[in-house]
Amino acid sequence: MNKAGLYIHSPFCKTKCPYCDFYSVPSPSLVPDWLKAVKEEALLYKARFSGFDSLYLGGGTPSLLTDNELSELADILFTHFSFSPHIEFTIEANPDDLTPEKLVLFRDLGANRLSLGVQSFDDEDLLFLKRRHSALQAERAFEWIRGAGFQNISLDLMYGLPGQTLSRWFHTLERAVAFRPEHLSCYQLTIEKETPFGRMLARGEIDPLPKEKEGSFFIRTSSFLEEAGYVHYEISNFAAGVHRACCHNLKYWQGAPYLGLGPSAHSFQDGLRWWNLRDVEGYCRALAQGEPPVAGTERLTEEQSYLEALMLGFRIREGVDLELIRNRPNVEKILGDLKRAGLVRLAAGRVSPTAKGFLVADSLPLLFSS
Amino acid sequence: MAKIRNFSIIAHIDHGKSTLADRLIQRAGLVEERQFRDQILDSMDLERERGITIKSHTITLPYTSKEGVAFDLNLIDTPGHVDFSYEVSRALSSCEGVLLLVDASQGVQAQTISNLYMAMEHDLTIIPVINKIDLPSADLDLVKEQIENELGLEAEAAILCSAKEGIGIEAILEAIVQKIPEPKGKDQNPLAALIFDAHYDPFRGTIASCRLFEGTVRPGDIIRFMSNQERYKVEEVGVFRLKRESRDHLSAGEVGYIISGVKTVSDTRIGDTITLNANPAPAPLPGFKEAKPVVFSSLYPISSDDYHSLVDALEKYKLNDAALVYQKDSSAALGLGFRCGFLGLLHLEIVQERLEREFDQAFIMTVPSVQYQFSLLGGTNLTVDNPQYYPDPATIENSAEPYIRATILTPDRYMGAVMNLCLERRGVNSRFTYPAPGRIEILFDMPLAEVIVDFYDKLKTITQGYGSFDYELIGYRQGDLVKLDILVNGERVDALSLIVHKDRAREWAVQVCDRLKEEIPRHQFKIAIQGTIGGKIIARSTVNAFRKDVTAKCYGGDITRKRKLLEKQKKGKKRMKMVGSVMIPQSAFVAVLKTDRE
Repeated sequence: MNKAGLYIHSPFCKTKCPYCDFYSVPSPSLVPDWLKAVKEEALLYKARFSGFDSLYLGGGTPSLLTDNELSELADILFTHFSFSPHIEFTIEANPDDLTPEKLVLFRDLGANRLSLGVQSFDDEDLLFLKRRHSALQAERAFEWIRGAGFQNISLDLMYGLPGQTLSRWFHTLERAVAFRPEHLSCYQLTIEKETPFGRMLARGEIDPLPKEKEGSFFIRTSSFLEEAGYVHYEISNFAAGVHRACCHNLKYWQGAPYLGLGPSAHSFQDGLRWWNLRDVEGYCRALAQGEPPVAGTERLTEEQSYLEALMLGFRIREGVDLELIRNRPNVEKILGDLKRAGLVRLAAGRVSPTAKGFLVADSLPLLFSS
Repeated sequence: MAKIRNFSIIAHIDHGKSTLADRLIQRAGLVEERQFRDQILDSMDLERERGITIKSHTITLPYTSKEGVAFDLNLIDTPGHVDFSYEVSRALSSCEGVLLLVDASQGVQAQTISNLYMAMEHDLTIIPVINKIDLPSADLDLVKEQIENELGLEAEAAILCSAKEGIGIEAILEAIVQKIPEPKGKDQNPLAALIFDAHYDPFRGTIASCRLFEGTVRPGDIIRFMSNQERYKVEEVGVFRLKRESRDHLSAGEVGYIISGVKTVSDTRIGDTITLNANPAPAPLPGFKEAKPVVFSSLYPISSDDYHSLVDALEKYKLNDAALVYQKDSSAALGLGFRCGFLGLLHLEIVQERLEREFDQAFIMTVPSVQYQFSLLGGTNLTVDNPQYYPDPATIENSAEPYIRATILTPDRYMGAVMNLCLERRGVNSRFTYPAPGRIEILFDMPLAEVIVDFYDKLKTITQGYGSFDYELIGYRQGDLVKLDILVNGERVDALSLIVHKDRAREWAVQVCDRLKEEIPRHQFKIAIQGTIGGKIIARSTVNAFRKDVTAKCYGGDITRKRKLLEKQKKGKKRMKMVGSVMIPQSAFVAVLKTDRE
C-alpha cells in the first residue's frame, strides 16, 4: 500500500488556458533539454526510491510530446526506476492532440489509464474556457481511447462557470456519464489571481457564480453521480467503484511518498517535502550543472504532520482515523455537532465527511487543533 | 530651613486642575520653558489621553514669598473623578489646605461640591480659585454667586486665574503661604509617617510616598510598618522634584519618599503608618478609610500560559492602586483568573488599560456586577458579587441590591431627558432643587447596578456634556434578583452569566444574544445562542452555518500552501475561546459590555 508514486511534469502547452495556474510554456523547442534534465533528475533520486506502483504523466499537455520524445521518456523511467507489475500508469491528454496512432503508442509504452481533458460537452462553455476542441471532438476522442483498449478512462470536467445554469451543467454531466467512464474529475471553477480569468475578474469582466449556487451545484453533482453508480471519493473526484479511484492521486491525500520530476514538481518522503524550480530553463540549467533543481524544502514538525493529515483526510471519503483526534479538547461534542449537522459519518473508527461535509472541508481541521 | 505648606488642588473633572499644577511647577523653576510638556504630573499615557488625573503624584515646589521667606510647597495631586474619592481622601489627609478650582464658564458642578465636603471633613483651609477667566464664555458674576450660594464660601476671597494664560499664579502662591497653616508636629517625637502612595521600582523595591506627621527618619534607621510589624532598614529618603531627590533626613511636616528595600509588594500598605522600631509612635495615624469596592468583574488571561505573569502584574499594580482588590477565580470557559473589586466603572477601565499598557497583559474581563445580598430560608445571609455563587433560587427568601443617591447637576433644559434616563434605569424617589437660575439639581435613588454600565456616558451625551454626576451609596433595598445564563450551542458560558433584576433580565438577554450573534463567526453548523433564567429561555439568536469554503483542487503542489494558510488561521484561533464546539472570539466578551450600538 505504501509504495511511492512517480509524477512527471511535462510543462508544454500549445496555448495557455485562461483558468489554469499550473506551470506551462508554449515552446516545444525546449523539449530535448527538458528530457535530458528529467534523465539527470531521475539519476539523482533512483537510490532513494526503491519502487513505484503508480506513474502519472501530467502537465502541461504530455500528449503534445512526439512519439520519439514519449518513447525516450518512457525509456528513461523504465531504465532507472522499478515499478510494480500492477502499476497504474496514467497519461493526461487533450482531445485535440489525440490520434488513434498516438493511443496505440501510449498502450505500447505501458499506459493503462487515460485522463482526458474534456472540461465540457457544451461548445459555448468550451469557447469561454478557450479550449481548442469541440464537444464532438471530445466524443470522438473518447471512442478512440476505448478503441485502443483503455479499460480505465477518466474525464476532466469543469462546472460553476460564470452564468452557467444547473441544467446546462447537467447536460454535460449526462453526456459524460453516457460514456460510462471509470472515473470523473469534476472541478468547480476556481478563479486564481495570476491567471487571465483572475485579471478579468479584477477588471469586473466576469461575474463568478454566487457562493450559495456553488454549494448547490456541488451537492447536486454529488448526488447525481452517486445515483449513476459513482463513488464520491474525493471532493472533486468520482470513481465507478472504489477500486477505480485514482491510486496515484490518493497518495497525495493519504500522506504516501511520491517523487515528482520536472519543473515545479513536488516530492514527499518520510516527512520531507521538496519542490522544483518553476521555469524550464532554470530547471534544465541546474541539472546540466549536476545540481538538484530544488527551489525549496521543508521538514514537517509533528504538529504540521498532524495538521496535514487532517487537512488531507477531510478531503477524502475515507476520512480521518478517530485515534488521531481522540485526545483533542471537546472532541465528542464537536463530532456530535458535525454529525447532527449532517457533515460527517462516524463508522469503523473513522470520521468521514459527507458530500455536505466536503463543502466545508477546509475549515474542519481547525476544529481539532488547538 | 525653608518653611513648609502642604496642599492639594480639588476640582470637578475638566476644570483645569492639571494645567494649574503645571503652571505652579513652571513658576517654581523646576523645568525650563522649552522642556515644558503640558500636564507634567499626568505622566501616565492614559491620563494624558483622557485628560483626567487618575493617580496622585506629589511634588515639592521651592518658593520665596513676597516677604522674602523661603518655602517648600508640597503639592499633592488628586484624581478628579467620582470613582476615586478614596484616593482624594488619602491625599487630603496629608494636607493642611486645598485650592478649590471652579471653571469660570461651567461653574460649580457635582464633584466640586462632593470634593468640598471631603475637604471640610478633613478640616482643611479652603482657597476658592476661579479658573479659565480668559474664556469668552466666562461668567464671573454667576460663578461667584454659585460659590456663595451653593458652596457657602466667601466669593470675594476667590482668586481669579487663567492657568492656561498664566494669570493669577502669583496670587495663588501668596495665598498658599499666607492662608494655609504651617504643619504641626515635632521632629523629636516618635516617628509617625503616613503612606499615601507607593510605586514599585524593579531596582529599588517599593518607594513609599509619605507625609511625616511626627518625628524624623534617616537612612540607616530601622523602621516598622505598624499594620503588620514588618521591619526594614531605610536605604534612602528624599523629596519629589520632577525626579526623586535624596536628602539626609525627612522631618515632621515634610512630604517625601522612603526606600527601604521592601521587595514584598504586599508589605507596603497604603494607609499604613511607618514608625521607628526603637522608638515607636504610641498609635497609628487615623483618618484613612478602607477603599470599598462596589463593582466586581473577573479577569482571565487570554492564554492560560500567561496566568503567572498576570499574578505578578496584579501584585505590582496593586501597590500603586490600593483601591483594587482581587482574589482567585476560575471559569469553565475561560480557565483560571481573578475576581476583582473596583471603585467604579472608570476605575475598572483604568485598571484594564494600565494592566494592558504598563504591564503588557492580555486578558478578558467579564460583565461587571455589584454586591448582592440574599437571605435564605433557614436564616442564612449571603453576600454575592459573582454570578457563580448565586444561590439555589428555591432557597431564597429575599434578595437585595445596593442603591445609590445620584446627584445630577444640569442646565434645566435637559431635565426631561435626564428624568427619562434615570427612570429607565429604575430610578425612584426623585427630588429637585434649583440652586441657581437655569440650573437644576436632580436627585434620584437608583440601583448601583444600573449606573455601572455606561450611565455616565449616556448622561454626558443627552446633556451635551453639561450634566455632571456624583453619587453616594445609601444602602441595600429589596429587589427580585435572578441569574441570567447564556448558552452557546447548548453549553453555558459561565463567564457571561449575570445577576440581574427580573424586570431588566429580558432586555439584557436580548442584547447579549444579539451582540454575540454579531461576534461569533459562522461555523460549519448552526449555533443557537440563548438567554435563560432557571432553564427557561427568554431570548434567542442564531448564527447560521456557512455552506462552502472548500477549494476544488489539492494535489502535491498545493499541500504546503494550504497547510500554511491553516497555520495562520490557527494562530488567529488563539484569540478565540473554545466553549464546547464553538469558538468564541475574545472580542465577544468585550462586546457584550457595550450597550450602545455604533
